[in-house]
Amino acid sequence: MNQKIKILVDRMLSGDKPSLARLISLIERESPEVPEIMELVSPSQLQPYRVGITGLAGAGKSTLVNKLTSFYRKQNLTVGIIAVDPSSVITGGAVLGDRIRMQQHYLDEGVFIRSMATRGCYGGLCKAVEDAAKLISVSGKDILIIETTGIGQTETEITKVADVVVMVLTPGFGDSIQLMKAGIIEIADIIVVNKADIEGADILVNEIRNELKYSTRKKDQLVMMVQASNDIGVAELFEEIEKKRLENNLEERILKC
Amino acid sequence: MGSTELKTIRVLIAKPGLDGHDRGAKVIARGLKDAGMEVIYLGLRLTPEQIVEAAIQEDVDAVGLSSLSGAHLALFPKIVELLRSKGGEKILVVVGGIIPKKDFAVLKEAGVSGIFGPGTPIPEIAKFIQENIQEK
Ligand SMILES: Nc1nc2c(ncn2[C@@H]2O[C@H](COP(=O)(O)OP(=O)(O)OP(=O)(O)O)[C@@H](O)[C@H]2O)c(=O)[nH]1
Ligand SMILES: [Mg+2]
Repeated sequence: MNQKIKILVDRMLSGDKPSLARLISLIERESPEVPEIMELVSPSQLQPYRVGITGLAGAGKSTLVNKLTSFYRKQNLTVGIIAVDPSSVITGGAVLGDRIRMQQHYLDEGVFIRSMATRGCYGGLCKAVEDAAKLISVSGKDILIIETTGIGQTETEITKVADVVVMVLTPGFGDSIQLMKAGIIEIADIIVVNKADIEGADILVNEIRNELKYSTRKKDQLVMMVQASNDIGVAELFEEIEKKRLENNLEERILKC
Repeated sequence: MGSTELKTIRVLIAKPGLDGHDRGAKVIARGLKDAGMEVIYLGLRLTPEQIVEAAIQEDVDAVGLSSLSGAHLALFPKIVELLRSKGGEKILVVVGGIIPKKDFAVLKEAGVSGIFGPGTPIPEIAKFIQENIQEK
């Protein structure tokens, strides 16, 4: 057993942020110590509720993450955030800019934010993100929010790591054919039409509702109009996510009986 | 740590203090991305505390700061000091912006490793970071 890793994991489990940050880096760079780390953290009793935020590039995902975090904090729930942005295919570099929308939470003891690049794992979520999510989970957060990169073909990956998936679209995105082609409807529990201050929001909402009639999913899917940057509709969105969280908790308790 | 690991350098770019725009900082961010680094871009009007907390949570190898306001003598050393007290003592600190030559010695003394004036070619900055970051 590697003593250094053991110490880091112990510290992380007791809520130490620098240790959590360090361990995520080891995971990101595919260190040979990863299996050992993951073994030390495997299944804990306390799982946070996992909120996945996905959708179009620039649709307002980070702005929403920021606002939702404020709502959770008002309820005294602690929040871990993973924000994923794409790596350049050419240089491997990246500008990770999600954090810029979340400045108000930087000094909050109850919030941990980590930006991650896709690092050669295109489209969906990477193994590293999954493992990082596990680490943040066991570090004692009540809520884990994962913001993915813009919509890709394998966005369905988010359903693996989230209990609720929020899809963020904006007016001007395109018509119903594109909605169909993108195949984004099926995976979302809540579809947010953000930037509802821009013309065409109601048309898009109608098109989505129409499309949902043919959706192969049985469960109720919600469509909501939001203006994230104007604080319109965000409280309502939070309420809907909370409802799902509470239902989820209830189901889990029943299962355990 | 094994030598086979792929090490991508992570750099945090921020602009402490209250002065105006972050055009220069954005150019640096993009340039370092082109050099293959992951740049966590924090934007402007941040306090030293906010910058340091972000640097710790992002576990960066280097922090790049820019200031145009003349407040660098107060802000940069404060950030180095906070990094040291919060467990980020191995994080490299490089700075840019408008910094008079006469202040270089004070900043270096305070723990700033690299000082780059306006117009420094970005590959030069990237090279400096590559050569001076520390294994954690
Ligand atoms: N008009 C309008 N703009 C908004 C609204 N919500 C967010 N924005 C703006 O949209 C831009 C992008 O917001 P982000 O939150 O960074 O979007 P994102 O989806 O996280 O972007 P990526 O992570 O780059 O894909 C910002 O300039 C926001 O201020 C809204 O309701 N209306
Ligand atoms: Mg974003």
